[in-house]
Amino acid sequence: MSEWTKHDLLDLQGMSKEEIETVLETAKSFKEISTRDVKKVPALRGKTIVMLFFENSTRTRSSFELAAKRLSADTVNIAAGNSSLSKGESVLDTARNIEAMNVDAIVVRHPSSGVPYILSQHLKASIINAGDGCRSHPTQALLDMFTIQEKLGRIAGLKVAILGDIRHSRVARSNIWGLTTMGAEVTVCGPATLVPPEIEAMGARINYDIDEVIKESDVLMPLRIQMERQEQKFLPSLREYAKEFGIDAQKLKNAKKDVIIMHPGPTNRGLEVSAEVADGKYSVILDQVTNGVAVRMAVLYLLLGIKR
Amino acid sequence: MSLLIKNAMIVNADKMEKNPQDILIEKGVIKRIASSIKEDKGKTIDAKGKLVLPGLIDIHVHFREPGDEHKETVETGVMAAAKGGFTTVMCMPNTAPVIDNRSIAEMVVNESKRIGLINVIPIGAITKSLKSQELTDMFELKDAGCGALSDDGNCVSDSHLMRMAMEYAKMVGILLIEHCEDHQLSSGGVMNEGVTSTILGLKGDPGISESIIVARDIELADYFDSRIHFAHISLKRSVELIREAKARGIKVTAEAAPHHFALTEEELKSFNTNAKVHPPLRTKEDVKAVKAALKDGTIDCIATDHAPHAREDKEKDMDHAPCGMIGLETAVGLAVTELIEPKILTWPQLVEKMSAAPANIMGFKGKGAIQEGMDGDLTIIDPEAEWEVREEDFVSKSSNSPFIGRTLKGQVAATICAGKIVYQQ
Repeated sequence: MSEWTKHDLLDLQGMSKEEIETVLETAKSFKEISTRDVKKVPALRGKTIVMLFFENSTRTRSSFELAAKRLSADTVNIAAGNSSLSKGESVLDTARNIEAMNVDAIVVRHPSSGVPYILSQHLKASIINAGDGCRSHPTQALLDMFTIQEKLGRIAGLKVAILGDIRHSRVARSNIWGLTTMGAEVTVCGPATLVPPEIEAMGARINYDIDEVIKESDVLMPLRIQMERQEQKFLPSLREYAKEFGIDAQKLKNAKKDVIIMHPGPTNRGLEVSAEVADGKYSVILDQVTNGVAVRMAVLYLLLGIKR
Repeated sequence: MSLLIKNAMIVNADKMEKNPQDILIEKGVIKRIASSIKEDKGKTIDAKGKLVLPGLIDIHVHFREPGDEHKETVETGVMAAAKGGFTTVMCMPNTAPVIDNRSIAEMVVNESKRIGLINVIPIGAITKSLKSQELTDMFELKDAGCGALSDDGNCVSDSHLMRMAMEYAKMVGILLIEHCEDHQLSSGGVMNEGVTSTILGLKGDPGISESIIVARDIELADYFDSRIHFAHISLKRSVELIREAKARGIKVTAEAAPHHFALTEEELKSFNTNAKVHPPLRTKEDVKAVKAALKDGTIDCIATDHAPHAREDKEKDMDHAPCGMIGLETAVGLAVTELIEPKILTWPQLVEKMSAAPANIMGFKGKGAIQEGMDGDLTIIDPEAEWEVREEDFVSKSSNSPFIGRTLKGQVAATICAGKIVYQQ
């Protein structure tokens, strides 16, 4: 494993193959801890980690919190949710106040792209991006890569398809950076209004033909469709979306035998993925959730646990 | 009281003098220009080694008074303008309340008279409350001292209303300035739409939101034989449309802001909210097109779109931070560094863009040239001075500039308005 030098985890753009491998390797060794009777190691004892969430989250926040606790760190939750904080109060001011209480790391989620980057410029605490706007969700992409490697034994050379609302998806962007760095071929597929052509500049290929994409892919990753996209006129109707782009058993008939279905959650069952498929034999959706804890333990450990 | 400027290298829009001359200003008016004028009782400035330009004119600033005095007041704005070399500025009506009636216009006029340093001419609104629903009382606004009308910050989105505005303003004899932005297309965009916005995950404003309105207003101006002036043109396509319109003899004029020839969208990569502006910073091709348009005259003048915002406003995230940057104190440095140094414009051409053309567009008598009988408005520039833009040096009440830290060439040494020294380095 190469030496870890990062102080913050903001993005997978610019993160090297070796660094990603280091996270995945470290996560592998941490995964076992969560299966023990006593699920705790003292690696981050005495460290304080604040979860600063300006956007609702159940899964990611509890995953980070469990990861921190299993490493014996102290955690504090600040859920700004839909309060005045998320409506444009100086996020920097809020973060400065938190840092003044001598915390070691701030795990931040914010609806506006770039906020973790701005915080990292002004604060000494490690900043861990738990999702910013449409830009980046690095731990989600890392846990996705961990799961792909675990299930299919490799990442390089695989064909991974990300399906749906690419335009507004930080999961898609982080996965494109991470997966292409690791040598996978990424195809994005969805309605043209939600798949900006500029995405190809990031290294992904666009294919609007869902049947062709399903047929050739090793990994299918439908994304959550936000219900308000129809109101915002990106889609004629959710019905048409489900029919044309939703992954169901019928469409999967042409898929590869060992295809895996992933989803960053929470799923809209019957919209981007049918219940039958989400719970079916190809689905690794719950493995992603399990692996999320291990990957976030690895990230916290690498950023905070190693004395530099 | 008189003022004598010795050894002035005079630059006018039509030529740059080969030999230094002396300029005598009396009672606010240029009395004499000669190779040597004997000093008398009045003040004397030695301009040796410096260039003397007709007082610079900025037809697009935001002074935030009334309403947002924590960002800028007419007084602090005037100080910033004087330091930047401007002797006449026109301030936009998107204050709170809006300059859409006589009393607010007169308040700005009176406040500027009280301060008394440079000329501040308010721009009235085209529509009441900038809402694109009803026209303002244009005769009254003109009578109250408004030099032009604009809904700047907003576009007159209703095409029928814009037609009415053009026909009416033509009768009133007042110029309309359009902020070109189709708000449905730009909706919520915080930067130029393209590869960079896609990678950054920031909502993009497609350039066509500007050019569609440019095209619409050209059609209207052509059909109704009216004048239109385009604020802050930022896009290659807009430039092409204006060039073609001018070739057809349509009465359009246009301005460009320094940041649109000095910066690209790449500036947003650091999530610096000081670089968030409307229209947004564009691509390298657009910057090139704006420079070419300044050179060939498609874009008539430079206007700063000086838009002060307090630190707490700009410390928000990219989606919530307000648009705009200050520009008065960096305009000359940027023009010299980005246009004169790379030989895009000559000094006389720069005088055209920053004084003669704005005076001509706005019909300011006695301004825009250094000649006997013209107003005693002069800007003295040290063309060789290199200086660093520093936050603490701004005299504007706000310091939201993406140019902080940059070294610029060309600095204002003194500003003279109506024969009075209003700024001296």
